[in-house]
Amino acid sequence: MKKFTELNGIVTPLDRANVDTDMIIPKQFLKSIKRTGFGQNLFDELRYLDEGHADTSCEGRPLNTDFVMNQSRYAGTSVLLARQNFGCGSSREHAPWALDDYGYRCVIAPSFADIFFNNCFKNGLLPIVLGEEIVDKLFVETFSTEGYSLNIDLPSQTITTPPGEKISFEVEKFRKHCLLNGLDEIGVTLESEDDIRAYETKRRVAAPWLFDAIKAQ
Amino acid sequence: MTARTLYDKLWDSHLVKEREDGSSIIYIDRQLLHEVTSPQAFEGLRLAKRKPWRIDANLATPDHNVPTTDRSGGVEAISDRVSRIQVQTLDDNCDEFGVLEFKMQDKRQGIVHVVGPEQGATLPGMTVVCGDSHTSTHGAFGALAHGIGTSEVEHVLATQTLIQKKMKNMLVRVNGSVSELITGKDIVLAIIGKIGTAGGTGYAIEFGGQAIQELSMEGRMTVCNMAIEAGARAGVIAVDQTTIDYVKGRTFAPKGEQWDLAVANWSDLHSDVDAQFDKVIEIEGSSIEPQVSWGTSPEMVVAIGELIPDPEKEPDPVKRESIERALEYMGLKAGMPVNDIQLDSVFIGSCTNSRIEDIRAAAQVVKGKKIASTIEQAMVVPGSGLIKQQAEEEGLDTIFTDAGIEWREPGCSMCLAMNADKLASGKHCAATSNRNFEGRQGFGGRTHLVSPAMAAAAAIAGHFVDIRDVEIAQS
Repeated sequence: MKKFTELNGIVTPLDRANVDTDMIIPKQFLKSIKRTGFGQNLFDELRYLDEGHADTSCEGRPLNTDFVMNQSRYAGTSVLLARQNFGCGSSREHAPWALDDYGYRCVIAPSFADIFFNNCFKNGLLPIVLGEEIVDKLFVETFSTEGYSLNIDLPSQTITTPPGEKISFEVEKFRKHCLLNGLDEIGVTLESEDDIRAYETKRRVAAPWLFDAIKAQ
Repeated sequence: MTARTLYDKLWDSHLVKEREDGSSIIYIDRQLLHEVTSPQAFEGLRLAKRKPWRIDANLATPDHNVPTTDRSGGVEAISDRVSRIQVQTLDDNCDEFGVLEFKMQDKRQGIVHVVGPEQGATLPGMTVVCGDSHTSTHGAFGALAHGIGTSEVEHVLATQTLIQKKMKNMLVRVNGSVSELITGKDIVLAIIGKIGTAGGTGYAIEFGGQAIQELSMEGRMTVCNMAIEAGARAGVIAVDQTTIDYVKGRTFAPKGEQWDLAVANWSDLHSDVDAQFDKVIEIEGSSIEPQVSWGTSPEMVVAIGELIPDPEKEPDPVKRESIERALEYMGLKAGMPVNDIQLDSVFIGSCTNSRIEDIRAAAQVVKGKKIASTIEQAMVVPGSGLIKQQAEEEGLDTIFTDAGIEWREPGCSMCLAMNADKLASGKHCAATSNRNFEGRQGFGGRTHLVSPAMAAAAAIAGHFVDIRDVEIAQS
């Protein structure tokens, strides 16, 4: 996994509540069997005026120029500022893959849907929960200042705004550790292989019907 | 010992290890796999040269991409090239790793969340995961079940565990009975309308109360299926005789002595009387009416006969803007009666409502009638090949086709339109599925979530009607 330590990034303000994962990456693009290449279809139905098709280049498609991501002032962005319940709906990890592939490394919102929030951490993407009022303030500042960017420092769990204001944020210890070191979570879990085997042995005795019932012919 | 909730008990019984950093390793008994969220997970295993931890914990079937029309040409005949590759990739991966898969032409194939319970692959007291948010469905069996992302699918394949943090406990109690013709779908839509799509975020929701206890397993699965639409990854319902009767005799359910042992073991799968919940929501069953969603989020729902809300009356600016945006997308006007929405399409299916009880309910409504001339397309997509077969044995397929409703092969179909079944732009569809998000059923499509009987009645009338005013054939 990609490491996340410190980020200086231009902020895109996506001023809309309950952004669902169907909106982040519509279903037709989930047919890929790869983890990459979803960036061109990130927010496809908001970004383009026509219907997008899987496995097809987006070159020449008509852009919705009202949509923030299509405005030149946000070019090169890596921080997405969003509203409550971001990432609700489907469990598709294609949502963080698309955000990552486009260039986002961090999403800030007052709240996230559980599965999306969890999926971000598996992909070196940092979701940050901040209070409603702070998010409101960041929206105001982002809209009013062209090139508005934030410094996000994971070791100290601090966001610094252009005027120098410091905002601290929470992140679970294990998740922080994995992000900072770019750890493969499976590798970390397999360090507890003996504990898993011991549990499994006991469970096999207590609930034998849970084992060996399903077999490929 | 302190009183525990059902979720507490399921958590405790699967806890492998609590780590110093506050995270826990939780053992996973069952993983269901489908073609959309598994290819990258199998590829990850191959790249890291890892083997699946326990093959017999997994069961696979393709559902999202499969055509619901004639399948006699097999996977090679799927016309959409990328869909074909994805279905073929699942077949190849299952063959390579030795995972049992009900392939597209197997009559046991179907929607994963229908197939798992139908086969007895979902059992009380289990942890069940799948790379699909509607895995919450399986909580109806007193199992801890939730959706995961593809990285976690790989994690479960490789380690048979997940790294988790315990959720909080919420109880949604539906007191008393619901009125006749009110279904699990109406109950859960009413709950989501009340608590909102983020109301359950961070919680495991236990659904309880008399109205829930009186539901069949099909109804309970519908309720738990949509827990995620209230923001809760997992929904659970206590095990009772209804659960045990449903599970008994199914292919992968325990048999003989093991059955007796299992049933004894499951008797504890309910919350203790004094268990503490972090949040309790109470709803009177008698107050629940047939529900219809009008907007682009499952919380945008009203009872039949009610009016579409007016954004001017919403004090919260973020919510007001959401309502305005939804009205614009849906092409509807504030204050309009929901009954007056003119429908173009009807979809009866999905992991929410494609089980035999759902299909029977819809068939009873349409029996001997014809769909309205303004309905361009109406279809029933059974949840599995076995349900399709059973419905045909009961003669339900001809009831639908006589009424002008298409009878299809099993799959996810127009719930999310990954296969060829798509709702056209600007068209209104009465759907028994779970999400009314923008573009969910097709680019520009407009979805209204309802129960199967309400969808069937809407197909006949061409608009929404109160199911309690409709003449229903006796079964």
